[in-house]
Amino acid sequence: MKNDIFSINLQKHNYLNMQEEIFQDKINAEKKIEPKDWMPDGYRSHLIRQISQHAHSEIIGMQPEGNWITRAPSLRAKMILLAKVQDEAGHGLYLYSACETLGVTRDELNKQLHEGKAKYSSIFNYPTLSWADMGAIGWLVDGAAIVNQVSLQKTSYGPYSRGMIKICKEESFHQRQGYEIMAHMANGTKEQKEMAQDALNRFWWPSIMMFGPQDSDSPRTGNAMKWKIKRKTNDELRQNFIDKTVAQAELIGLKIPDPDLKWNEERGSYDFGEIDWEEFWNVVNGNGPCNEQRLEHHKKAHTEGEWVREAAKAYAKKQTHNE
Amino acid sequence: MQDLEKYILRIADSSLILSHRLSEWCSKGPSLEEDIALSNISLDLLGQANSLLEYCGKINGTKTADDLAFKRGEREFFNFQICEQENGHFGDTIARQFLFDSFTLLFFKKLSESKDEILSAIALKSIKEINYHLRHSSNWVLRLGDGTATSKEKIQNSFNKIWKYTGEFFEMDQLDLKMLDLKIGVNNNQLKKEWDIIVNDTLKKAKLNRPEDGFMMTGSKNGIHTELLGKILSEMQYIPRAYPDAKW
Ligand SMILES: [Fe+2]
Ligand SMILES: [Fe+2]
Ligand SMILES: [Fe+2]
Repeated sequence: MKNDIFSINLQKHNYLNMQEEIFQDKINAEKKIEPKDWMPDGYRSHLIRQISQHAHSEIIGMQPEGNWITRAPSLRAKMILLAKVQDEAGHGLYLYSACETLGVTRDELNKQLHEGKAKYSSIFNYPTLSWADMGAIGWLVDGAAIVNQVSLQKTSYGPYSRGMIKICKEESFHQRQGYEIMAHMANGTKEQKEMAQDALNRFWWPSIMMFGPQDSDSPRTGNAMKWKIKRKTNDELRQNFIDKTVAQAELIGLKIPDPDLKWNEERGSYDFGEIDWEEFWNVVNGNGPCNEQRLEHHKKAHTEGEWVREAAKAYAKKQTHNE
Repeated sequence: MQDLEKYILRIADSSLILSHRLSEWCSKGPSLEEDIALSNISLDLLGQANSLLEYCGKINGTKTADDLAFKRGEREFFNFQICEQENGHFGDTIARQFLFDSFTLLFFKKLSESKDEILSAIALKSIKEINYHLRHSSNWVLRLGDGTATSKEKIQNSFNKIWKYTGEFFEMDQLDLKMLDLKIGVNNNQLKKEWDIIVNDTLKKAKLNRPEDGFMMTGSKNGIHTELLGKILSEMQYIPRAYPDAKW
């Protein structure tokens, strides 16, 4: 009897091993994993965490930019910003759907966000204090997002990869529009120039922190690389972003607030100063300037919308009854 | 100011101010889908306002659409007072939107027959958008009216409160009559009958009571508003007024 159980367990173990081998072979061959395919639990939970964090970021990110829609300084600027924030809502929606293919519901994901169990990008815990911040966010934050998302277009999970391809196109519009605001202001009146530089000063470091902790401090990178969820390390992506952005700042006469920033001929890249990791972890752990405000705002909208969602449900139910 | 200019401003301002109100919903909607829908409608209205103000600027010859949007004061705005009313809860916003959409659909249909080709073209383009807006708002009137007891009570109150702002839709002053005479403008008065049919029909389907046509607010044709407009403008116009030399 005892022997039997042992042998069944062994068979099950072998079977799992086999599944995992097939899975890894597929990954190594650059084939996409689809929702119905077998996948290790760790792969699934890693994806849920990463994609939902990405979705939450799109949604929470609507707040700092939404903050300026009613104050946009021209009709054109207002249309562009409104459309941009609407795009971000669409990205959120799309990513939540990708996440749902892994077997979680949007309600659960929302609950995780509200309970502080799921994170979103810390960049959105910084306040938007002038119109130039709309330029800085588009240019730097969407710019950093693109660097990350371009590499994620090759991620191993099919729905996520396809989502990134679709989203990246819009993000590059956002990046160009943001840069256009900055360029315009940097070449404008003295006050506009000051506002643009101030926005760059405030958003530069938080932007390069968006890529996460240094590789040496990033505990989950191991499996994510093996499973090809992540295709490049945090430090590689960060360097890529900095190299691409420095020239853009120079072109419009703005100065990147890092005295240690220097071209390194040998590496073919910019060396840059020490990131304030204490600030980074502070904001991640809830102590940024707007953490509470952002979450409260989201919860409030959700709570105030409860009766509306209930009504829609009740009405739909009546309709199917009547059919 | 030329008559035509003022006539166009009246139409443009309603779109602009209601667009502003709807944009305040951004990131506050009852669902992500609804957030997107409200932004969408806000964007359409902003586009309408922009086309109309650009045309207005052309007639004026010295002002741009941005000048007209950002450099006029409270008494120089001619939007219907209903457009500046606060968003309140989602039901308040839907009641306001439904009554406005029902009116503007009829109005723009007539305006598309205007002898003024540009006005007619703008109207024609807008009709497509407003058709969608009206479908969206009437669907929500049905859902909220025939949803739960709570939603029914809420939206009924929304209609009761906002009703007194619907009288302005159908007013005709000297300028309107003149524009009508020139076959440029619309006879708003004549739209009332059809508006009543649309509104009564939807309210009935939603199992809601149509409020009585009692006391009606008025004044916007002469630039008289509720106190709310001044606050909208001080927010909307703050940057261009604080930095008059800057371009954005
Ligand atoms: Fe996005
Ligand atoms: Fe993104
Ligand atoms: Fe974006």
